[in-house]
Amino acid sequence: MNRIHKLTALLLAVLMAATLAACTGKDDAAANSSGGTLTVFAAASLKTSFTELAKMFEAQHPGTTVTLSFAGSSDLATQINQGAPADVFASADTRNMEILQEAGLVDGEPQIFATNTLAIAVPPGNPAGIRSFPDLAKPGTRLVQCAQQVPCGAAAAVIEQQTGTDLNPVSEENSVTDVLGKVISAEADAGLVYVTDLQSAAGRVEGVAFPEAADAVNSYPAAVLSNSRNSADARAFLELLGSPEGQQVLSDAGFGNGSGLSGST
Amino acid sequence: MSRQAYSGIPRWIYAVAVLAALVVVLPLLAMVARVNWANFLPLVTSESALSALGLSLRTSAASTVLCILLGVPLALVLARGRFPLQGLLRSLVLLPLVLPPVVGGIALLYTFGRQGLLGSSLEVLGLQVAFSTTAVVLAQTFVALPFLVVSLEGALRTGGERYEAVAATLGASPGRVFRRVTLPLVLPGLASGAVLSFARSLGEFGATLTFAGSLQGVTRTLPLEIYLQRETDPDAAVALSLVLVAVAVAVVALAYRRPGGHAGRASTQRTTAAAAPVGNAA
Repeated sequence: MNRIHKLTALLLAVLMAATLAACTGKDDAAANSSGGTLTVFAAASLKTSFTELAKMFEAQHPGTTVTLSFAGSSDLATQINQGAPADVFASADTRNMEILQEAGLVDGEPQIFATNTLAIAVPPGNPAGIRSFPDLAKPGTRLVQCAQQVPCGAAAAVIEQQTGTDLNPVSEENSVTDVLGKVISAEADAGLVYVTDLQSAAGRVEGVAFPEAADAVNSYPAAVLSNSRNSADARAFLELLGSPEGQQVLSDAGFGNGSGLSGST
Repeated sequence: MSRQAYSGIPRWIYAVAVLAALVVVLPLLAMVARVNWANFLPLVTSESALSALGLSLRTSAASTVLCILLGVPLALVLARGRFPLQGLLRSLVLLPLVLPPVVGGIALLYTFGRQGLLGSSLEVLGLQVAFSTTAVVLAQTFVALPFLVVSLEGALRTGGERYEAVAATLGASPGRVFRRVTLPLVLPGLASGAVLSFARSLGEFGATLTFAGSLQGVTRTLPLEIYLQRETDPDAAVALSLVLVAVAVAVVALAYRRPGGHAGRASTQRTTAAAAPVGNAA
């Protein structure tokens, strides 16, 4: 009995110590953030380009560490709304930025730093012979696209309406990466993805561009968050996004030019 | 009764136990507090919600039937059979209990997918599994089968082989012993296993999303619908989550229910026997 008592006491002590350590760890991070950590929450489609931009930023600002968190834009907006500590938010659509603006969590006007357009991804060899947007509606074509609730699906719906095409997808996914995955595994004959996804999956899928994509351009806004503890670095990061070197990194990844655009589309 | 007289539990244990219960209950209460009651009914009876709920119930029922048809023989072989690598087989069959469902989805994709192990043969036969309701049922069966096997195997082991041996010495054939002795004895274990399989099927998410896709009325079950609604309509996601919680509560109550007044002493014994393996599974 006594031994068990001692054991549990020890266990509790360890537990408490761990909790305490966890709390201290958080405080340390907070202390650093004023000293030189920049936390950027960015849409999943920005992963490649923002990883490179973060390295560029760290080289330009010695002593500053950039921490990146990538997820779907609406997930990130929810996390920020629930108090996640972030300095910069870069969204793949204007809607999620507006949600944070309405909640009073955005400091200043968001800046559109990039645009993205849809493209068709097909498995290597294009087994279903997809050449154009209307080809996606051919009977027997296994098309996978995004659900209308997510930005890539909303863009597809706009094009569908404007071209009078009646798409009949076999699956409506939650994210563009899920669409891409189903094309890469050749489960789908075609998928509606972003131009930037074709770039990142080069070699595993083939791309089919279509002119109608210009009818539904997605704008990527970025903004400094009002709870930022490092707004100076956050502003500098936004400047990098708009600078010629920043825009070069983004256009290398397939993004459209965002400079010159302002406000929401 | 005499056990209750001696309470060997130190008081502080109760405090930690309450904390443990809160870990489970508090998040559920927090979600209930967020329900938009004014719009609750329209939210859970929208066309997409009803379609998802209907699909979830249909596919879960189908996969439960599959689990029973496949799981009963498997549990019998594991509990009563004697063959090499029996332990290894048991461990493998129980794997889906601990595997992340998305791993199950990937495994199923490479089995039944177009370029999978069986996919091309199925395609020749004109059967397309991916993106179909069949894919949903397969994913659910994959994750739910171990629940039935564990419950039933435990019931079979606890029940022992005495009655079967007696029936056999009285001249009953193995088939007759199975139908008239074994099956009735383990029926409560089978029932609770089936209910748990149904519940697990109802909650299946990762494997379905990876393997079956997501299309209203075909593959978008209630968990997938909740995941999608969360993107634009958190109120709808919370309302639908509450529906799933209610179903889960009902299922758990059904699986762990005390035998009613009509049930005799024997039935109580059987239920206790069946409850033990369920505890192991969880």
